Amino acid sequence: MEIKADTTVCIGAGMCALTAPQLFDQSEDEGTVLVLQREVPAELEDTVRRAVNLCPSGAISAS
Amino acid sequence: MSDLTLPMVRQRPLDPPDKIDELRHQAHMHRMTYADGHVGWLVTGYAAARAVLADPRFSNRPEKMHPPLPGRMELLRRQGFKPQPGLFLRTDPPEHTRYRRLLTGQFTVRRMKALEPRIAEITEECLDAMEAAGPPADLVQAFALPIPSLVICELLGVPYEDRARFQEDARVLFNLEAGLEEALAAIGSTMAYLRDLIGRKRKEPGDDLLSGLVEGGELDDEELTGVGFLLLIAGHETTANMLGLGTYALLANPGQLALLRADPSLADNAVEELLRYLTIIHLGPLRSAEEDVEIEGNLIRAGETVTLSLPAANRDPARFPGGDTLDLTRPATGHLTFGHGIHQCLGQQLARAEMRLAYPALLRRLPGLRLAVTPEEVPMRSDMSIYGVHRLPVTW
Repeated sequence: MEIKADTTVCIGAGMCALTAPQLFDQSEDEGTVLVLQREVPAELEDTVRRAVNLCPSGAISAS
Repeated sequence: MSDLTLPMVRQRPLDPPDKIDELRHQAHMHRMTYADGHVGWLVTGYAAARAVLADPRFSNRPEKMHPPLPGRMELLRRQGFKPQPGLFLRTDPPEHTRYRRLLTGQFTVRRMKALEPRIAEITEECLDAMEAAGPPADLVQAFALPIPSLVICELLGVPYEDRARFQEDARVLFNLEAGLEEALAAIGSTMAYLRDLIGRKRKEPGDDLLSGLVEGGELDDEELTGVGFLLLIAGHETTANMLGLGTYALLANPGQLALLRADPSLADNAVEELLRYLTIIHLGPLRSAEEDVEIEGNLIRAGETVTLSLPAANRDPARFPGGDTLDLTRPATGHLTFGHGIHQCLGQQLARAEMRLAYPALLRRLPGLRLAVTPEEVPMRSDMSIYGVHRLPVTW
């Protein structure tokens, strides 16, 4: 599973960084999504799916 | 035509209004008559509410909405009231995007975590003062209101000594029964205060959010006043009511209270579940369809207003089985209390940080905490757009 993020639609709600802090952070200035690691380890796939579902603006996806 | 109007009174203090409860068990979407005769929609299902909130074909601009309740919203609309620049909550992209972008960096998960030691200090100071003065105490005045109020004032750079003024203005603004003149006076008073404060920050900037925005130079003084107004007012009545009503809910569910007291590591989950179960946003949000939109087989026509009942959506059994019960161990993330879509609450991580520190501290410091009156005597905020308790008399 690989993460894709679109910072142009991100609203900086931070649900990804709250749900999977190992893989997501937010930029200092704009608060938009930073992907720390694109490749998702197998044990975190469910967590990433939850983060994708919680994202209010549809900025992140994983497949 | 529909003769349904929006019910607001919660007959049982912790549950949605009976009529909403009845409707949500029948269907996810209902025709509803608005205060001006417009027949729009009431959404009570989780998936439908989430779909509307995420759909860019709906506007959040106040002048496009029909008012769900009679009162000042209708009067303001008829008078062609123009909102203050900077009140970006009630705007659409690209206007909304510009304001939101300037602020999101200030409310990240990491920044809110960094604030935790200061929030913990503020919480302990409130509890010290409450212990020294009581028992009994009104938990709203001693604990639930001052914690978020102090925190948002420090963050924005608003002198806390001035709080009496905007706390009273916030109370008027959220009061559904306040008259038009009273509401306009409250808006005017806080705006005038903030205009003056921004003038002072321009001369002597500090290390705070408003000073940062002033120095950033992207917004003019009127926009800064609007942004400041939104953050200050939103920061006051939301978390305060979660802390007040949340404590009432815990006292009414002693088994759940005991769970949280025994295991403070349950706090994160307890906060999500209290947010879901209580859903203090009990009027709206509203949206207006910009074009025809089909949701779950229902055609919402362009120009129709949609009212989303978040208390109903957050108890939809399809999303939260057994959702009428408070269960602090339930996976409650995904609730709609902070909204969904591009307007999802900017301050949600701040609210979480305040609650996950405040609830365990309260239970730890006051092990004998209990109501000082019968549960029926606690005055509930059915008359306010943010639900909660007006007062919470407690002893310990």
